[in-house]
Amino acid sequence: MKKYIIKRLLTAIPVLLMISIGAFVMMNLAPGDPTDLYVTPDATPLQVEATRRALGLDQPYPVQYIRWLTRALQGDLGINYATRYPVLPILVSRIGPTIVLMGATLVVSYLIAIPLGILSARKHGTWVDNLLTGGAFVGVSIPNFFLGLGLIYIFSVQLSWFPTGGMSQLGGESSFLSVIHHLVLPVTVLSAFYIANMTRYMRATMIEVYGENYIRTATAKGLAAEVILTRHGIRNALIPVITIIGTDLPRLVGGAIVTEQIFQWPGLGRLTIMAIQQREYPMLMAITMLSAVVVLLANLLVDIMYAVVDPRIKFD
Amino acid sequence: MENKAVLEVKDLAISFRTFEGKVQAVRGVNFSLNKGETLAIVGESGSGKSVSTKAINQLLPKKNTLIERGEILFEGKDLLKISEKEMQAVRGNDIAMIFQDPMTSLNPTMQVGKQIAEPIIAHKGVSKEEAKEKALELMDLVGIRDPKESYKNYPHQFSGGMRQRVMIAIALACEPKILIADEPTTALDVTIQAQILDLMNKLKKELDTSIIFITHDLGVVAQMADRVAVMYAGQIVEVGTADEIFYNPMHPYTWGLLASMPTLEVGQTDLYTIPGSPPNLLHPPEGDAFAARNAYAMEIDFHQEPDLFKVSDTHYAKTWLLHPDAPDVQPPLEVQRRKEKYQSLFSGQGQFNRIGGEAIGSRG
Ligand SMILES: Nc1ncnc2c1ncn2[C@@H]1O[C@H](COP(=O)(O)OP(=O)(O)O)[C@@H](O)[C@H]1O
Ligand SMILES: [Mg+2]
Repeated sequence: MKKYIIKRLLTAIPVLLMISIGAFVMMNLAPGDPTDLYVTPDATPLQVEATRRALGLDQPYPVQYIRWLTRALQGDLGINYATRYPVLPILVSRIGPTIVLMGATLVVSYLIAIPLGILSARKHGTWVDNLLTGGAFVGVSIPNFFLGLGLIYIFSVQLSWFPTGGMSQLGGESSFLSVIHHLVLPVTVLSAFYIANMTRYMRATMIEVYGENYIRTATAKGLAAEVILTRHGIRNALIPVITIIGTDLPRLVGGAIVTEQIFQWPGLGRLTIMAIQQREYPMLMAITMLSAVVVLLANLLVDIMYAVVDPRIKFD
Repeated sequence: MENKAVLEVKDLAISFRTFEGKVQAVRGVNFSLNKGETLAIVGESGSGKSVSTKAINQLLPKKNTLIERGEILFEGKDLLKISEKEMQAVRGNDIAMIFQDPMTSLNPTMQVGKQIAEPIIAHKGVSKEEAKEKALELMDLVGIRDPKESYKNYPHQFSGGMRQRVMIAIALACEPKILIADEPTTALDVTIQAQILDLMNKLKKELDTSIIFITHDLGVVAQMADRVAVMYAGQIVEVGTADEIFYNPMHPYTWGLLASMPTLEVGQTDLYTIPGSPPNLLHPPEGDAFAARNAYAMEIDFHQEPDLFKVSDTHYAKTWLLHPDAPDVQPPLEVQRRKEKYQSLFSGQGQFNRIGGEAIGSRG
């Protein structure tokens, strides 16, 4: 297992390099020049050239890339063009809120969806199942921005139950309870899809597992329904469900961008939008690489989870 | 007959609701299982063997199964009438089952030893350690090598034959009064099949369990059964001791099955097969369900279901050929040879000359 993990981590290196090259090329192919945003419209070509040189944009692309890479490997991710602040501390300060948002979303989603999926499967064909299946269909179809704005309108604007955005009261201290209070709406919005998707998947695999011969064997042994469910049903249904966790994690990285923007959540998602709007290339490179690392780690985590749950899978 | 039956199935009829309509899978089945005996149920695929026996342990899908009528009497209780909780106490404990597909019948994510110990814990109220001890003994009993090591293995580390031994260990874990084995060797290759049959015969002698052995293979029946019930289209068409069925069969369907059974005799070239295919049980035919495939069918077979005729105290067959007014017909050559061979072996007994039928029940 250890050997396998090390091997996987090593093979991730060329993948990350390819992604960084791809991201770099795309940014430079995109129309527009970061300097446009940092010089006044009446600047002389000489002044523009000076700014470009100051930002290092006068060099040929390969040189720029190599320079970025060697610095990045030493932990220097460049500077923010506008503020001249180093990228790394900004990035780090935004990671916390995003982890809180994503973590809460995943925990809430799975805690709700897995039992719902099991319930739906056990009540297969009844009104409970139909209701849950219908609800799940709505949940996967509804766009985040629509749900977000709708919830803000009802629960923040009309009912004033929850703040419209942010992570804590402006000027107030960010107490744990305050953060939870601010989390409710964005987590609801972000979870909607994952709850719905996981419920559907859990239901489907649970129904499939209950059609398996080993469930018949367990029944023929005279085991109680709860024992069959917990010892024979759920564990086997979780194996295919791990795949869904593997696709949920990367998707969450994207989903958080929109949701953070709607709820003014001070995380990486909003930082990403800002960086795109202001052509903060070093920041975008850093965010892209971070996302790539997260996705690769998520995949590795999923494979390890398979091995833990399914004795048939062995790594050598 | 003295009453030593451990199980009695009376007039059992089961249908399934399907999209096309009601499938009448079992249509009035009667049989009893005596203490310590092996009753084989034979018949082509789809004849209702699995459905009739799954009904005993109530393993049929609740959603679309209709128990139309009948009783399943076990120790004075009608299993069709007791609650799910009471049924749980019977399953695996009094009545255990082995299925056809050892490859898929074990939980892939649970150690095999634990799977064997599970019913012991559920039914015998013993500690985990005691259950494990018992499971290890069972593994040894069914011929799993190195039980201590194998206990912790998962099913995928076992071959099909070994997995079926595990299934047998599970089934025997609580020393059940009845063991139902539904085609336990069908999915296995011939040598493994022989080993499993040997094992079951050995265990039967040791444990004094009554066995219902389901198969479509008469060769297997010959090795296992004390009595044989022949099923066709959801009904038992002939029942008798193994000798009676093999050497003095009465029903043309049984003749067909015997004629299509490979033997070791020299000179046997091509095997007989019963023409046609079983009737669609969505709309069972009028009269004798076998009539359309029966070379010996008479006019009456097409519109009136035969009575069950008594051949001996233990031997009954559901065919109009046993009616006193029926013409005398000669069974296929293969079957005639069997009869002759038997009569020469047991000459003087003379009990197998066909006796004029005596109808003992009538329906249809
Ligand atoms: N769950 C079910 N739903 C509908 N039809 C079924 C179901 N189970 C069995 N049947 C039908 O019942 C008949 C008898 O099946 P079965 O007892 O399995 O036959 P076999 O003698 O081969 O064991 C078949 O026609 C089969 O299609
Ligand atoms: Mg069957």
